[in-house]
Formats: sequence, C-alpha cells, structure tokens
Amino acid sequence: MEITTKQYKRCDLVTVKGRIDSATAPQLSDAFDAIVHGGRFKIAVDLGSLDYMSSAGLRALLAVQKLCKRYNRGEVVLAAVPVRIHEAMDLAGFLPLFKTFDDGTAAVGYF
Amino acid sequence: MRRFFYTYMRTEIFLANCNQLNDMREFVRQAASDAGLDAKQIYAVQLATDEACSNIIEHAYEGRGNEQIEITCNVQDDGLIIILHDHGKTFDPDAVGEPNLTTNLSNRHLGGLGVYMIRRLMDEIHFESSPESGNILTMLKRKSKGDKE
Repeated sequence: MEITTKQYKRCDLVTVKGRIDSATAPQLSDAFDAIVHGGRFKIAVDLGSLDYMSSAGLRALLAVQKLCKRYNRGEVVLAAVPVRIHEAMDLAGFLPLFKTFDDGTAAVGYF
Repeated sequence: MRRFFYTYMRTEIFLANCNQLNDMREFVRQAASDAGLDAKQIYAVQLATDEACSNIIEHAYEGRGNEQIEITCNVQDDGLIIILHDHGKTFDPDAVGEPNLTTNLSNRHLGGLGVYMIRRLMDEIHFESSPESGNILTMLKRKSKGDKE
C-alpha cells in the first residue's frame, strides 16, 4: 500500500493506493496522525486507486473523522470511492459519516 | 458461450498473521471465480474471509504470531463454501453484539463490526466449537440465479 500526503492551503490530500487491511491500516493511521499532530484537521482522502478495504480501514477513517470533527475544527471527506468499497461502506453504515466527491480536486475544493 | 464449472475441495494452511491476509484473500478469490460468482460476490467472499481471519488472529489467537488457520474452499455447482478452522480460544460470532451504526459520530462504537459484515456479505454462516476440533466457521455464498453466459 502506498500513501502520499499533499498539503494545500486549506486542507491536506491523502492519496491511498493498493489495499487496506489489518496489516496495512496502521500505516494509514500513521499518515493521519502526522497531519493532525501538525494541527491540521481538514483532510480529503482520495481512494481512487484503492483496490480493497476491510473494516480495519473503516476504523482508521472513523477515528480520524471523530478527531477532526471535534470542536468543529475540521472534517474528513472522501474522493473517488471505488464501487466495491462504496458498497462495503454502505453495508457497514458508514456512508452517512463521510461526504464523498467524484475526485480529489472536487474534494480539496470543498474546503 | 457456455462456461463449464468444476467442483472441487481445496485446503490450504496459513500462518495466522495479518501479513498473510492477502494470500488468504487470493486463495478464496480464485475459488470464488471458479465457482462462477460475479465480481461483487467475489469481493464479498474475500472481504468476509478477511474479516473472519482478522478476528481469528486477534481474538482466537490473541495476536500470537505462530499459530495456523486452515482454509478450505469447496467449489460446488451452486456456489462456494469456505471453511475456516483454527485452534484458538473460542470466538463465537453468535456471542458478539451488533455494532451501533445509526448513532451519531461521537457515540459510535465498532465492536462486532467484522462479524456484522460477514453475516451480511455471505448467504449463510455456521459456527461450531469444541476443545477437540477447535473453532470451525463455515460460510456459504450462492451463485446468482439465472446465471447466463
């Protein structure tokens, strides 16, 4: 799994490629930790190149969403969610928790 | 074009470690494809297997790195049966409560999310456990009806 973070004026864009499961989810959490520890709480996550995600990924996303939304200081939004992952998020009741956008540009533009 | 489906039973033993999850998913992915499941069903089988094995690794084996999970794929005419066998602590999916998925963000807890998803991803699941045999989780995914090629 490959994670890249790009800092924009008003938010950070995290791009995830590959697969998120129990083995790789800690790397995702680390990437989010690095952002919030820098005092930044507006995050767009581009899932366009993600092939697979298990509940380990959902947990990581939920944890950072809770943190970012605290005190209304920010939010995590998702971009380019692949159809299979979207279905799984729906199954897990996660869709109401995240705004989704068609692509990274739109997601960054939201902030 | 008419596809011919083979029926077979194949068992592989995996180290109960998270870095083996990819191999476990690939093993069942192949069987799901051989069973004639569609793309959505194949993904569901991989995800259910991942969630179940992750639970075995974390709860049945409590994160010990040197244990094993035996996975059997039973490819049949009407679908696929996956059997997961471990010798860890009893982890009974029936005893796991449901996660609360409708409350707002701050109240949400995810205990039981993996089991919840397995139940919704697969058509049937069955769990048995005994000191002699260990834990056996059986999951079934039926092929779509009216499968035409």
